[in-house]
Amino acid sequence: MSFIESVGRNTIGGLAYVGGLARLSGRAAYFTLIGPFRGKALRWSRAFHQAMAVGIEALPILSTITFFVGLILALQGAYELRKFGALQYVAGGVAVSMSRELGPLMTAIVVIGRSGSAFAAEIGTMKVTEEIDALTTMALNPVQFLVTPKFLAMILMLPCLTTWADFMGVMGGAVFGLTGAHFTLAGYMRATVDALLVRDVITGLIKSVMFGGVITAVGCYEGFETGGGAEEVGRSTTSAVVMSIFLVIIVDLVFTSLFYLLGR
Amino acid sequence: MSDPAQEPAISVRDLRVRYGEREILHGISFDVARGQTLVILGGSGSGKSTLLRTMVGLQPASSGEVWIRGRDIAKMNEEDLDEQRKKIGLSFQGGALFGSMTVGENVCLPLREHTQLEESTIQIIMRLKLEQVGLAGFESYMPSQLSGGMKKRAAVARAMAMDPEILFFDEPSAGLDPIIAAGIDNLILKLKKAFRMTIIVVTHELASAFLIADTMLLINKGDIVAQGTNQEMQTSTHPRVRQFLDRIAEPEVSDEMNYLQMLTGEAPPRVL
Repeated sequence: MSFIESVGRNTIGGLAYVGGLARLSGRAAYFTLIGPFRGKALRWSRAFHQAMAVGIEALPILSTITFFVGLILALQGAYELRKFGALQYVAGGVAVSMSRELGPLMTAIVVIGRSGSAFAAEIGTMKVTEEIDALTTMALNPVQFLVTPKFLAMILMLPCLTTWADFMGVMGGAVFGLTGAHFTLAGYMRATVDALLVRDVITGLIKSVMFGGVITAVGCYEGFETGGGAEEVGRSTTSAVVMSIFLVIIVDLVFTSLFYLLGR
Repeated sequence: MSDPAQEPAISVRDLRVRYGEREILHGISFDVARGQTLVILGGSGSGKSTLLRTMVGLQPASSGEVWIRGRDIAKMNEEDLDEQRKKIGLSFQGGALFGSMTVGENVCLPLREHTQLEESTIQIIMRLKLEQVGLAGFESYMPSQLSGGMKKRAAVARAMAMDPEILFFDEPSAGLDPIIAAGIDNLILKLKKAFRMTIIVVTHELASAFLIADTMLLINKGDIVAQGTNQEMQTSTHPRVRQFLDRIAEPEVSDEMNYLQMLTGEAPPRVL
């Protein structure tokens, strides 16, 4: 009985969580898309600062990681391809896997670690120090003031970061192509472009926009759900990272299946 | 209620507030006249903070009426509440200054968000407000660089930025040494005298309560135990008022059997 009970309780808890995320995203979307037409100005300068923090400052670490991921992909691909004497397909393999899957996913993971956790910590700390209440009593809506700029920044920056990640992955693959597979740089690039379809890149970018939404929603939601006390901020930060990774994988699965079915 | 000048600034009628199953305030009613200072006294867990949060619209009322400036905020939607909030100020217990902004930006924020004033005018108002709370020249400091008392003063400056009609204070002297706390009391007295503001202070500090109050309200376990002027409270014979004012601790559990039961968590042995 207690097993069924706990399944039921966890299901209800999970649904409530997703409901909370949806409500927060809905309100943020209202303030982004409809609010400006009702005299509630968008905070472009705050969004710009967020975009700098989320995007530009993530470039060094993201570049390094995706460069190496591209190299690893090439090595792993070549391990199998050389059995068939088909090393020339390494370029295409790296390009397609990066742009369809690993570019958006690695970008999301890096952004979760840097920004998703930071959102939860920032809003959680503001909750604990009554700054969220202070915003409300000053007639400033916390969602409009804090969440909307983050949504804007993330939804704009994640596709940009993903594009850069795809490129760096291809460059990482090229290192193997030049040293291990007798490619010239121009030849490697030509093979990459020939193998890539516009659809591969677009599906990756669509996923990255969805990931951006999920990461912002979870980070901010965990922040607002923070109870009293400093240790609670740590708990929400951890939980924001774990939940974001989980939900990004779920969203990835859903969209990848969808694109697979539509791609026939 | 026909003459708006005679109308009380705040009028609470049979207010009940519930957190889930638990009722925190069990039907509270009181009035605050314009320009008066009301001190809400009560121990920890008495419901005084919940009462304050309800009056500023942070906590919805479960039932009852909360008339502020002639309008019942218990039945308002968020947009109307926001209009009300622009006319009240709240100074939080810990200051609640935005840590990412300077003290000056904190004070400017409501002006920048809610008014069409020129930036130069906003700067002048900001310096004026900081000067009124004794923090002239501190506008470029970050909140983390201020002491506890200065943070509270800065929070008062921010609460006054929009020239509110009603100013709320949550535990203004909590966590401050007696000298700084006296400074905050003087600041409240000064604001009261200079601007004839309606001021509501939630506290459990008796000395400051008797200094700043026109009227007082003692809350215990979600009910009003006593209300009246300073003298009326001082001379009250109500046991709970006496206990609070004379600082008498709750009687301890002395019954040995109950004590044993409390320790072991078992039902008391039946006496045959």
